[in-house]
Amino acid sequence: MTFINYAAREINCKLVYYGPGLGGKTTNLQCIYAKTNPQAKGKLISLATESDRTLFFDFLPLELGNIRGFRTRFHLYTVPGQVFYDASRKLILKGVDGVVFVADSQAARMDANVESIYNLKENLRTQGYELKNLPYILQLNKRDMPTAVSVEEMTRTLQSQGEPVFEAVATTGVGVFDTLKSLARMVLLRLRRGETQGSAARQTRQ
Amino acid sequence: MGMAVTDTVMFPEEYEKLEHVVQSVLRDANAKVVFLVDKNGQQIAAAGQMENIDTTSLASLTAGNVAASDGLARLLGDNEFTVLFHEGDPDSIHISVVNDRMILVVVFDMRSSLGLVRLRVRKCHESLVEILHQMDARAAQAATAGPSADSPFVEITDDDIDALFAD
Repeated sequence: MTFINYAAREINCKLVYYGPGLGGKTTNLQCIYAKTNPQAKGKLISLATESDRTLFFDFLPLELGNIRGFRTRFHLYTVPGQVFYDASRKLILKGVDGVVFVADSQAARMDANVESIYNLKENLRTQGYELKNLPYILQLNKRDMPTAVSVEEMTRTLQSQGEPVFEAVATTGVGVFDTLKSLARMVLLRLRRGETQGSAARQTRQ
Repeated sequence: MGMAVTDTVMFPEEYEKLEHVVQSVLRDANAKVVFLVDKNGQQIAAAGQMENIDTTSLASLTAGNVAASDGLARLLGDNEFTVLFHEGDPDSIHISVVNDRMILVVVFDMRSSLGLVRLRVRKCHESLVEILHQMDARAAQAATAGPSADSPFVEITDDDIDALFAD
């Protein structure tokens, strides 16, 4: 749920990185954090276990600039991917404006990818969303792995609604920013369509 | 179910009222910092000694804290825990949920007390609820009106969006 603050002239959107455990969600955020201008980012918060597995969420606030005089901020979250953290994943999806599904390209993880997409759709429904109504991108991560399944097969198996598909190697940064920019663009364009349809609130002059 | 494109819109009038309430709580509870955060982790208003506080992270973590507590409450068969208190040294944090939508966070130290903070927070909840209703009413009213010239989206172009991502 986008937050538009006319008083402070800010637009705030929430993007969530979803996917199976160890698929590269946190690595995406770490890469974005490492390569973003200090003026454009806040702290990267990681609530993780001692073995660096995401326990609750990672959080990275980004400020991308101004659009028509409004500061545009995106709050990036990751969910914990391990299966037994499902209760936490539900909570992190609350108020989401856009989703990146980070799929693990390794052949042995295809079942986990499929299960995680199903889980995403179910958890969105419990929050009152339908994935088909949300800005959504499929990222095929770990394209550098020797057992990586072909892009065609992964797309055939995992793409669910004609969403954009990006190849990535999050450890090196390949595809990370393309994914983020594309999703952010989708969210803003959706807001524009929503405004012109008169569904969002507006300011009345003082 | 269709999803609202925007869900929380803050207009200057209501924003000033919320700031006023937050300032009042800060003063009356003798607190260090007072925040108002929405349940999605966005900071709405703040007052106090914020120089050394990452307010963005605090808002996000607070919302996560409340969300996790809500999950616990449901497991126990309760609706939610409307008040959370974390005692620290030297600072403590009192977190209360307002109208199931906003979270009021009061950070205080030995210059105040839990009892005083609870009293002041309870008193201000009514004002906050009233302001939230006004926000909703104005949002509903504005939604039936035409696009405002001040809306950031009315004339947004693809170039505007692309410019955000220019290196």
